[in-house]
Amino acid sequence: MLLTILALVPFVGGLVVWFLRGATSRYVGIGVALATFALSVVVAAQHLGGANLSEHHLWIKAFGAYYALGLDGMGLLMVLLTTVLVPVVLLAEPADETGRWGAHVKVALVLILESLSLYVFLATDVLLFYLFFEATLIPMYFLIAGWGGAKRAKAAVKFLLFSLAGGLVMLFSVIGVGVSYASQGAPSYLLEDLAKLNVTPSVEMLLFIGFFVAFAVKAPMVPVHTWLPDTAEQATPGTSTLLVGILDKIGTFGMIRFCLGLFPDASRLATPVIVVLALISILYGALAAIGQKNLLRLVAFTSVSHFGFMVLGIFALTTQSISGSIFYMLNHGFSTAALFLVVGYLAKRRGSVQISDFGGVFGKAPVLAGLLLLGGLASLSLPGMGSFVGEFLVLAGTWSRYPVIAAIAATGMVLAALYILIMYQRTMTGPVTEQTEKHITTDASWLERLAVAPVIVLLLLTGFFPKPVLDQTDQTAKQTMTTMNISDPVPAAGKEGK
Amino acid sequence: MTTLLEIAAPTIEYRLLGPVLIVFVGACLGVLIEALVPRQWRDEGQMIVTVMSLVASIVVLWRTWGPGWRTVGAMGAVSIDGPTQIIWLLILVFSLLATLLFAERKLGGGVTSFTPMAAAVPNSTLERDAAAARVEHTEVFPLLLFAVSGMLLFPAANDLLLMFVALEIFSLPLYLLSGLARYRRLLSHEAALKYFLLGSLSSAIFLFGAALLYGYSGSFSFAVIDAAIAAPSQSDALVVTGMVLVLVGLLFKLGAVPFHSWTPDVYQGAPTPVTAFMAVCTKLAAIGALVRIAFVAFGGLRWEWQPVVAGIAILTMLVGSVLAIVAKDIKRLLAYSSIAHAGFILTAVVGASTPESGLPVGQIGSIAGIAFYMTAYGFATLGAFGIVTMVRGAAGERNDLVAWQGLGKKHPWIASAMTLFMLSFAGIPPTAGFIGKWAVFSAAWRGGYWWLVLVAVLMSLVAAYFYLRVVVAMFFSEPDPEVGDVHVAVPGIGTTIVVATGAVMSVVLGIVPGWVLDLATSASQLLR
Repeated sequence: MLLTILALVPFVGGLVVWFLRGATSRYVGIGVALATFALSVVVAAQHLGGANLSEHHLWIKAFGAYYALGLDGMGLLMVLLTTVLVPVVLLAEPADETGRWGAHVKVALVLILESLSLYVFLATDVLLFYLFFEATLIPMYFLIAGWGGAKRAKAAVKFLLFSLAGGLVMLFSVIGVGVSYASQGAPSYLLEDLAKLNVTPSVEMLLFIGFFVAFAVKAPMVPVHTWLPDTAEQATPGTSTLLVGILDKIGTFGMIRFCLGLFPDASRLATPVIVVLALISILYGALAAIGQKNLLRLVAFTSVSHFGFMVLGIFALTTQSISGSIFYMLNHGFSTAALFLVVGYLAKRRGSVQISDFGGVFGKAPVLAGLLLLGGLASLSLPGMGSFVGEFLVLAGTWSRYPVIAAIAATGMVLAALYILIMYQRTMTGPVTEQTEKHITTDASWLERLAVAPVIVLLLLTGFFPKPVLDQTDQTAKQTMTTMNISDPVPAAGKEGK
Repeated sequence: MTTLLEIAAPTIEYRLLGPVLIVFVGACLGVLIEALVPRQWRDEGQMIVTVMSLVASIVVLWRTWGPGWRTVGAMGAVSIDGPTQIIWLLILVFSLLATLLFAERKLGGGVTSFTPMAAAVPNSTLERDAAAARVEHTEVFPLLLFAVSGMLLFPAANDLLLMFVALEIFSLPLYLLSGLARYRRLLSHEAALKYFLLGSLSSAIFLFGAALLYGYSGSFSFAVIDAAIAAPSQSDALVVTGMVLVLVGLLFKLGAVPFHSWTPDVYQGAPTPVTAFMAVCTKLAAIGALVRIAFVAFGGLRWEWQPVVAGIAILTMLVGSVLAIVAKDIKRLLAYSSIAHAGFILTAVVGASTPESGLPVGQIGSIAGIAFYMTAYGFATLGAFGIVTMVRGAAGERNDLVAWQGLGKKHPWIASAMTLFMLSFAGIPPTAGFIGKWAVFSAAWRGGYWWLVLVAVLMSLVAAYFYLRVVVAMFFSEPDPEVGDVHVAVPGIGTTIVVATGAVMSVVLGIVPGWVLDLATSASQLLR
């Protein structure tokens, strides 16, 4: 019951908030989000204490679908990421009455989105997962289209169509998986049953591709990433944080749990293609980020690059790299949140997110500049930040299997330093420009600092003490490797073994 | 000598056929009311008779529900099996809801959506006088019941002749009903005439096909045709030609491409309650008959018709989805949407996943999938058309999409309900439409048509785009200053019930679809 309660609390909270007005709605919303976070900590404690929290009820007999929830290492981390980011976003973006609807609607949509996302990470039944996977699009669509830039309605449609395209291709595979399994006996959509699915290699490849396409759209991989920069540019930074920080993680999460978990042979076969695609994402995303003139688009492209790292780690198929990918999924959520939210603070003051509109902000608002630098350093994976651990493990794991690919991917880290530092230099350092003097009159308020603080603290904590998190990521990584029945490459003779 | 005169008295299972008979009697009573009852009581009287006969019909159907009752009755002419019963249930329930839309008069300021004087030339003094005198004819109710009785008989018919008779029984009232709109009379006349001409043509084609099949097998009975196909005594040309012609007649009623061209015009011109009724119940009857004839009579020719119907399904999905993108009128948009849905349903027909083709007992096959899909589609369609009747200008409904812009700002609840119906049409979880899509596509996949499923999911994306257009118009477009008076009228209790039921069921069937799926699965065994 605990997992159901965890997932339903924000949903019920969202419905309540819908009927509140003004500042009350925001306070209640933050309260609900914090309560959910507290609940997730309880869940984590219970799970780590060895309690079996999984739930299992028949849902649709005819389809073999179950209301089945469960937790593993990766699921736990994603749940915690979600419950941390939602209160942060609600704190960081104050009542916004400029949108299509009142602020209460936005808070309510965020909470409902949180609930649906939690279900996505908890579901251990493929149809249940798919249901919530698609359902998250509805609140997200209205969040993008309701608040943000002038062209947000168009951006929202683009987001929805890309996601739906991926989702419908996945529906094809979901149906195929169900029908294939039902033809072997009683229908079932439970992950543990589907792991025993026995189909011909060509059918397995077909089903795998359906799942992978949906997740590749979600975890924006080149060439199906184009919706992300447009969406991030138009949506509010808070919405973008939720989108990139949580929803896009469903892509990489799904690749590990469903692509690798259900179709090990097809995954192995597809590896060369996907690794190259991931490499292209890393480099293209980084190069495109360097060329951006808009801060929000820049952050979006850095994410394309970082998701490339995660996918590379997953499909390098080593314990180390998969573990690193999951670690990076968590930390990328934090670092992107820091970047998006601080850019949001700047945009509120300046009324623009063009890089050329800023300059010498450090002289006027040192704390804001400092926060942006911290987020940026996390993004470029400075040692000491959690993201470094993730990226390092991905590269180290990849190296053991594909040294050349890993070497090329490593240039992505160099390019990351370029796009972050150039951006920082142009906007924050140098003489205080006239425009900055006029618009950036206040430094970060206490509330703004409070909102970003948890994210920064978590980045540093996981950077210096990665062990507790690594225990969780290792658990999933090892389990995945066992399911796939492959072992890590043995280090060449003469070198120091692990 | 004596043997010639020995004609066995026909045995009729009156109780099993009760639902059809009750509705038919109700229709006859309605005609009497129209003729004999004083004007001020007519409307109430018609409502009572219509609702009572539909409810009584549902009760009788429910009392005879179950495998124990199901049989081929009326001397082999009518097959009252599971698929018949589930389609009867759906037709009756949706007709009941449609009746509530028919009876709505609060929206029009005290008058119904039907013309006061159908016989009058549009815009003539006679018509204006009739409108001014608030003359009303209540013949729409008996017409509705006649149509329903034909629709009930149609999917149950176990031979070609009865099927043709049933086709005509439900078609004729529909031709008439299409021409009865109160506003935009010429458009309504055009719809009625177009529907009548094309409908007659399709009936003629059906009849011709039936004649060829009679020539081939020597009987109209599906079972005999099936047996003749199994043990052929002559060339296939006759049976294949006959089959194609009969299928054309049925696909016309279903609104499948390339026999769809009447749909947008008729849906647009007919009074909206009639459109809602046609969009749901005609499709139900047509798909029921199509499934029976395809699986029972032509089950042996499966390899012949499956690829053809697959092609038609693809064309239907494609044309419906693509043309809906450019539709500027909400009723035309919903018409193209209904065409696209006909295509999605046809994928399940193509799959032909039945116990005879190796479907394990208790699993969802084509028939249960179609039944569920139609349930989801029916609730969303009735609800959506219910909302269409509410958005009004100075002279009746405003169906142009431009007039719908900015609706979400003024009437968030109505716009939200419409959005819900659009989501269900588009098949986005957690709405009923998603489960329906799953059910029909999985039936197609089971039949080995996985590539058809792939095409269908891609077409679903195109379809999702035009449903999204409605949402964008309502929520994210500013009202056009040039559209004039647009308001959402406060509906009476009937329309409210229809929209509320549609909305609630669209969500409930998306989250707990099990009971309907189980009901449909338990009633998916065809008898021959």
